[in-house]
Amino acid sequence: MSLLSILGVLSSAIFSGTSLLYTTLGEVIGQRSGIVNLGLEGVLLVSASSGFAVTVITGNPFLGLLAAALIGGLTNMILGYLVIHRKANQLASGLALMFFGFGLSALIGKPYVGARINGLPRIPLPGTSGLPQLYTSLFSFDILIHLSIPTAILVWWILFRTRWGLGLRAVGENADTAFASGRDPRLIRYQALFLSGLLAGLGAAHLSIAYTMNWTEYMTAGRGFIAVALVIFSRWHPMRAIVGALVFSGAVAFQLLLQSSGVQVSPFLLDTIPYVLTILVLIAWGGNRRQSAPASLGCVYHGTE
Amino acid sequence: MPNPQNQTPMIALRGVTKRFPMTLANDHIDLDIFGSEIHALLGENGAGKSTLMKILFGFYRADAGEIQLNGKSITIRSPRDAHEYRIGMVFQDLNLIPAFSVAENIALFLPDLKAVLKPQEIDERINEVSKQYGLEVNPRALVSQLSIGEQQKVEILKLLLSNARLLILDEPTRVLAPHEVEALFGVLDNLRKDGYAIVLITHKLKEVLECADRITVLRGGRVAGSLLRAEATEEKLVALMFEKELSGLKIAEPKRDEMSTPVLELRGVETYVEGAGMSLKGINLQIRPGEIVGVAGVSGNGQKELCDVVLGMELCVRGEKYLFGKNLTNRPVGAMRKNGVSFIPENPLAMASVPFMTVLENMALTQTWRYARNGGFAMDWGVVKADIQQTAKRLEFPVNFYTIAKSLSGGNLQRMVILREMTHDPRLIVASYLTRGLDVQSALAARQALIQAREGGAGVLLVSEDLEELFTLSDRLLVLYGGRIVGEFKPPETDIYQVGHLMTGSKVEHVANG
Repeated sequence: MSLLSILGVLSSAIFSGTSLLYTTLGEVIGQRSGIVNLGLEGVLLVSASSGFAVTVITGNPFLGLLAAALIGGLTNMILGYLVIHRKANQLASGLALMFFGFGLSALIGKPYVGARINGLPRIPLPGTSGLPQLYTSLFSFDILIHLSIPTAILVWWILFRTRWGLGLRAVGENADTAFASGRDPRLIRYQALFLSGLLAGLGAAHLSIAYTMNWTEYMTAGRGFIAVALVIFSRWHPMRAIVGALVFSGAVAFQLLLQSSGVQVSPFLLDTIPYVLTILVLIAWGGNRRQSAPASLGCVYHGTE
Repeated sequence: MPNPQNQTPMIALRGVTKRFPMTLANDHIDLDIFGSEIHALLGENGAGKSTLMKILFGFYRADAGEIQLNGKSITIRSPRDAHEYRIGMVFQDLNLIPAFSVAENIALFLPDLKAVLKPQEIDERINEVSKQYGLEVNPRALVSQLSIGEQQKVEILKLLLSNARLLILDEPTRVLAPHEVEALFGVLDNLRKDGYAIVLITHKLKEVLECADRITVLRGGRVAGSLLRAEATEEKLVALMFEKELSGLKIAEPKRDEMSTPVLELRGVETYVEGAGMSLKGINLQIRPGEIVGVAGVSGNGQKELCDVVLGMELCVRGEKYLFGKNLTNRPVGAMRKNGVSFIPENPLAMASVPFMTVLENMALTQTWRYARNGGFAMDWGVVKADIQQTAKRLEFPVNFYTIAKSLSGGNLQRMVILREMTHDPRLIVASYLTRGLDVQSALAARQALIQAREGGAGVLLVSEDLEELFTLSDRLLVLYGGRIVGEFKPPETDIYQVGHLMTGSKVEHVANG
């Protein structure tokens, strides 16, 4: 295997992992406030399709990016209303949101299937300009990729170094304590879900506007669920989410490389590698008692009388 | 000593009323709280003490009534308002977040917390106040690593740093060892001298008489009486707390055969626990028929593991367990139950009942194999009822089969669990914190039930933190510390101080002078 092909795997891991990373970071925020969003898949699809549509209409990928992020935040508000205000079960509400997203995104995206867009412009990695064209093109990234690790650091900083983050984590651990400290757990959960949706929207935008630059139905292919799994893998920590996203998408890219280099294994079996890896990781963490999951993850906050 | 008669109270409650779906928790309550005073709020469980204070803290909202601060009427709609008026409260089951550090827990309640946290600055402020009141604690430690006593310190620090001037403490001594209680009262005394007003919710008379300046007794949601410390005596307070005279425990001299096969025997039992639990090390234990063996210890020293091992919920990695001479090491809970083992856990709502089932359904839960008919496709509810009613008559407990378990008060629910566990003549009863959180009357009933079982020849393993209870009931008393049995006594041969020091792992410093 040549250096080029290894770099190729790395580059494609970064490209396909970025949407996962943004989505995972968003879900870390949501779950830290105590809400599991199983509807992430639907949120991603709605964001991806509407971001793509806006890009086609306006011809400006940055407007598409903005639209995708906002739509992600707003779609999450549906879940917020169900699980915060109506005190519905989070898992059931999440699944409902997912199916809603399937349908809605298909509807939004229908007129734009096959449309061509100018994706987000690529900016070469600084210091790679002297390399041959073949290499620079591998490491010529769009703005979302450049900002992905700073975003992870930002999310960490917000959660662990700001007053708002402290309150948010407190709601996820014990909403009554957060209330007793003078905070409004419901408001904080809405805020967390909105921010979480914004980030998921960015992830979706990267998928449709920057990476594949097209829209096809169900193009997210389970990324919403993988993100939920990656939150557990990263043990609710934004910095470990970077590793998680890279490992997962690295497995995807490696598997593609194996297929293209003619390894005599069923491609269907190879397709399962990343998912098998995910299962293995979950098994490994599952045995660990100190998972550091937020204590009231999945619990309804009932308020007081 | 201030003269409160001539001063405006810091806080005055007037006609505070609160109705919950099932009960009238507070019925037109008037209460005055003064600065530089410890005000004890005394009453049975369900008397409305916690509810009243949670209203003052803004956690609940009153249906009617008025709150005055220094003579001016105020409205408190949420804890945020209460913080504004400098009222702070420590809840009964400590509301610290275990996954957070001490500093994070305290920062959450700082009124002037900056939008961007400065950990260094927060640590310094904590250290400053903790030194001033002898509440030293490491700000960077995780709360999950602290003992209950240390957590209590953090709670008080939290209140002080939140700028509160009125500190409400809900049963702060419930889980503390005797010397920790003394230390707490020392801290409260210093706070009183510095002008803080303190409300102490409790149902322990001795503590009230030890540290309070003013005592208000609640009964059934109303004020039964308010006394200054100088006027109060134990008799007076008991008379205010309870409508009728309490009958004491009736203890008959137990008949015991020292030579009979032990009900339970543990030989060199060891367990292995990952994480926060405490592994048992080399436990040897025998319980004879008709014997109550008390286990003293600060919680978290292996009590839970001991009960779990006996019940078969935890595996022994070494050693053996015999029930009437039969080796039942590492057999499952079901096998233990079928061999006549009963379990009365500390939290009946969480550990011994299904909240949304009726009392009757809960009664059949542990013995479904006994009541199943037609191969399990039907249940003989009539027999369940008959069995339970028979026990209820013997123990003199009232029982209402068609109430939902969740709607019962803690005391009544514990009575239901005791009823169930006393039916079918258990041969070994494991009772863990039998009376924790129970009011005096329910506690008495629970203890009486144990004594009856002993008279019937059952062996009892009684885990408790209430040393008086252990001294009254036990025939033999063990002390657990760090997963080992560090002392074994017959109650008349020892005293609370000796046991208390063994419980906390300190050497015995003074013997039998209390």
